[in-house]
Amino acid sequence: MNAQMQHQPSRRLVLKAGVALTGGLMISFGPANRASAQAMQPLNSHVRIDPDGRVTLVSHNPEIGQGVKTSIPMLIAEELDVPWQSVRIDQALADSATYGRQVAGGSMATTLQYEPLRRVGAAARHMLVAAAAQRWSVPADSCTTSAGSIVHSGTGRKLGYGEVAAAAALLPAPDPATLKLKDPKDFKVIGKPHGGVDNRAIVTGKPLFGIDARVPGMAYASYVRCPVFGGTIRSAKLDKARAANGVRAVFAVESNGAIEGLSAGVAIVADSTWAARKARSLLEIEWDEGDGASQSSAAIAARAAAFKDRMPQRSLAKVGDADAALAAAVRRVSASYAYPFIAHAAMEPMNCTAHYKDGQVELWVPTQNPEPGRAQVAKTLGIAPEAVKIHMLRCGGGFGRRLINEFMVEAAVISKQSGLPVKLLWSREEDLQNAPLRPAGFHHLEAGLDANGAVTAWRNHFISFGEGDTFKRSAGLSPSQFPSGFVPAFDMGASVMPLTHPTGPLRAPGNNAFGFVMQGFIDELAEAARMDPLAFRQQLLGDARLVGDPAARDRFDSGRARAVLDAVAKSAGWGRTLPPRSGLGIAFHFSHLGYFGTVVEAAVGRDGVVKVSKVWMAGDVGRQIVNPSGALNQVEGSVHDALGAALGQQITLENGRVVQGNFDAYRLTRMSDAPPVAVEFLLSDNPPTGLGEPAYPPVPPALVNAIFAATGVRIRSLPVDSALLKA
Amino acid sequence: MAFDISVNGRTRRADVEGDTPLLWVLRDTLDLPGTKYGCGIAQCGACTVHVDGVPVRSCQLPIEAVGSAKVTTIEGIGATAVGQKLQDAWVALDVAQCGYCQAGQIMSAAALLAQTPKPSNAEIDAAMDGNLCRCATYLRIRKGIKLAAGVKA
Repeated sequence: MNAQMQHQPSRRLVLKAGVALTGGLMISFGPANRASAQAMQPLNSHVRIDPDGRVTLVSHNPEIGQGVKTSIPMLIAEELDVPWQSVRIDQALADSATYGRQVAGGSMATTLQYEPLRRVGAAARHMLVAAAAQRWSVPADSCTTSAGSIVHSGTGRKLGYGEVAAAAALLPAPDPATLKLKDPKDFKVIGKPHGGVDNRAIVTGKPLFGIDARVPGMAYASYVRCPVFGGTIRSAKLDKARAANGVRAVFAVESNGAIEGLSAGVAIVADSTWAARKARSLLEIEWDEGDGASQSSAAIAARAAAFKDRMPQRSLAKVGDADAALAAAVRRVSASYAYPFIAHAAMEPMNCTAHYKDGQVELWVPTQNPEPGRAQVAKTLGIAPEAVKIHMLRCGGGFGRRLINEFMVEAAVISKQSGLPVKLLWSREEDLQNAPLRPAGFHHLEAGLDANGAVTAWRNHFISFGEGDTFKRSAGLSPSQFPSGFVPAFDMGASVMPLTHPTGPLRAPGNNAFGFVMQGFIDELAEAARMDPLAFRQQLLGDARLVGDPAARDRFDSGRARAVLDAVAKSAGWGRTLPPRSGLGIAFHFSHLGYFGTVVEAAVGRDGVVKVSKVWMAGDVGRQIVNPSGALNQVEGSVHDALGAALGQQITLENGRVVQGNFDAYRLTRMSDAPPVAVEFLLSDNPPTGLGEPAYPPVPPALVNAIFAATGVRIRSLPVDSALLKA
Repeated sequence: MAFDISVNGRTRRADVEGDTPLLWVLRDTLDLPGTKYGCGIAQCGACTVHVDGVPVRSCQLPIEAVGSAKVTTIEGIGATAVGQKLQDAWVALDVAQCGYCQAGQIMSAAALLAQTPKPSNAEIDAAMDGNLCRCATYLRIRKGIKLAAGVKA
């Protein structure tokens, strides 16, 4: 390209403008360390305005169903001042040198992009206005924009963006920090409900997802791993599989030694998915299952129980003297809480299409986090990271599972070794049995109350997985977890045990379980204090203030927590009388910079079956909801996801193996389980933050608290055991 | 061996083993990837197609059993009035999150509305309970069916 590049430093990012291949304007916003000589590729820019007026916006983050492919371009379109219906949206390649962070994780897209991407749109608009003003020889500030055109206020003259795009591309890029952004009251795109940009393709069955990738000459691969994680091949007879119809190659592959990488296994490459799959049963593999084969959920639970009467291996947080405060307490309450391993079970099983040729590999992959995958592929194949090209395809669900990229490494290695472009597809059984899990966890809790129901002491001995001072991935507990900072004597310690099976982040990592533990136990404290569960929480939160490390971004704002709690109680009609064996439960939680309060209404049958009739949610994720349609969808989905997990999901380990093999044994929420959800957003004067995760954590505790209200039975272990609830 | 089957109103030839599930014939051989794999044991409904108008889990139907039956997939359902209404309703209500299961949801919903043009909530539950949505867009799926059917949400 004949780009003429200019760039202006901002605090962290650099804005670049240049001439697109089409002759129009191209704008990109990337990390400050990006080499200025590096050409902007047509796909690798945030905004492109062609001379014919067509506007293309790029979504640079992976789309996993959280809606960023719609919401990110909305931010640009708003400040660019173009009609939403007129823009075309492209998905970026994985290219962190151009885009910086490209991760679907941590509910961070809105938090990180809300202002920078508006500045990208504003910069493009600024340059287009400047080019029009030059052409008319009028001051730029006498021009305005409207729906993709520049208008001169004095004369009413008008130019389409496309007509000045080429001239704008030759102008210096503005310093993004100096650009004036729109007053939110003038928003035309942000804050209006917009359907997902891929919706029409989804409902008509167009190829869109990773699994739909198709490369000329492509073969289909299946990969057989040891049922016990970390196992290796002792011996393998591959000839029968090699002789099967449609099979092209069968070979053993060694582990690359990385926990989240390539496990030892046998690859089958065939003419079709079915041929690759059928040949699996013809393999005769003797595994060395390794140390993991002795581990089981039952033994883990027994060991966790045994930690109860011991001192924690280490302290995570200690404020005041919990022993003294407990001794002085008017009432003491202790309880043990537990939650199981659960699986992500994204509807689209893991897959990757790879084409290795001449020291380069091209990948078509549904991933939430391409860069660690690139690094591992490069290392395993012995090629440079730049020799790995990654197309990020739409993900059929993520939930954290696709932050881990072992399927990328597998596909790349199988393509290299077979000499063919291959599509590797995991079966559902592999998805449940060979994948990282949300770690199980155990909490031995004790608290003290004074005569007024104030919590004077809180002790939590957290039992998790790890070695020494290191927790396994997503198996830690933050010392700032509520009620840290709200109790004068606070003591949090941890003990860990080893676990071979990998763990990983699942939607609202940690918090998806801690909400249940903390808000379930707080309900027990309210009962001990003979206080209403809402009033008890209001008293515990106290006056509006910021709690936690002043340097941390995630300080706890008790005013925001109180507001969502009060709002949800009001909309649910907290305090009303319900029929026998029905009850309301309440909870709140802060995570991923978002505050949510929940009320669940549940009825428990004489058979112990729990039926949720309605859920109320109140959330505060800042002053602006970017896309109300997507936002509502995220909250409703989080509620049903969390209810389903709490009521029925559990992965069990036996002899180091995952017992559950498919959806007949691992029960996901279905249509008839899904109660109505009432959602309210409180717009507080805080920066907008993400919504993929924070609505989940308060739902399980509101459910178990509703079960208590209905039956008087405390559920302290998930999933809910209906045998405890029979009448 | 070669099988001639009717898919979306056209005769298509697939030279595959007779036990190959229709799902993989559609996806791998006939380049119709709209029908999705989710579980392979008829528990999730992502692979739902119509066989002579009846909703069938294509992961369980070997191609040798298809015979002369007329197969309709998500790529073809828009040619029916009910299918198009459902697709439009799904877009209008922004039903999808990740969208992976929605082809199967629409196929099950289309079969429901063909038999029961004005379904009750219980009829919707019964027809749709075999279709999993991991993003749990069930409330909007229900609304989408009602919008397409012209019944009160």
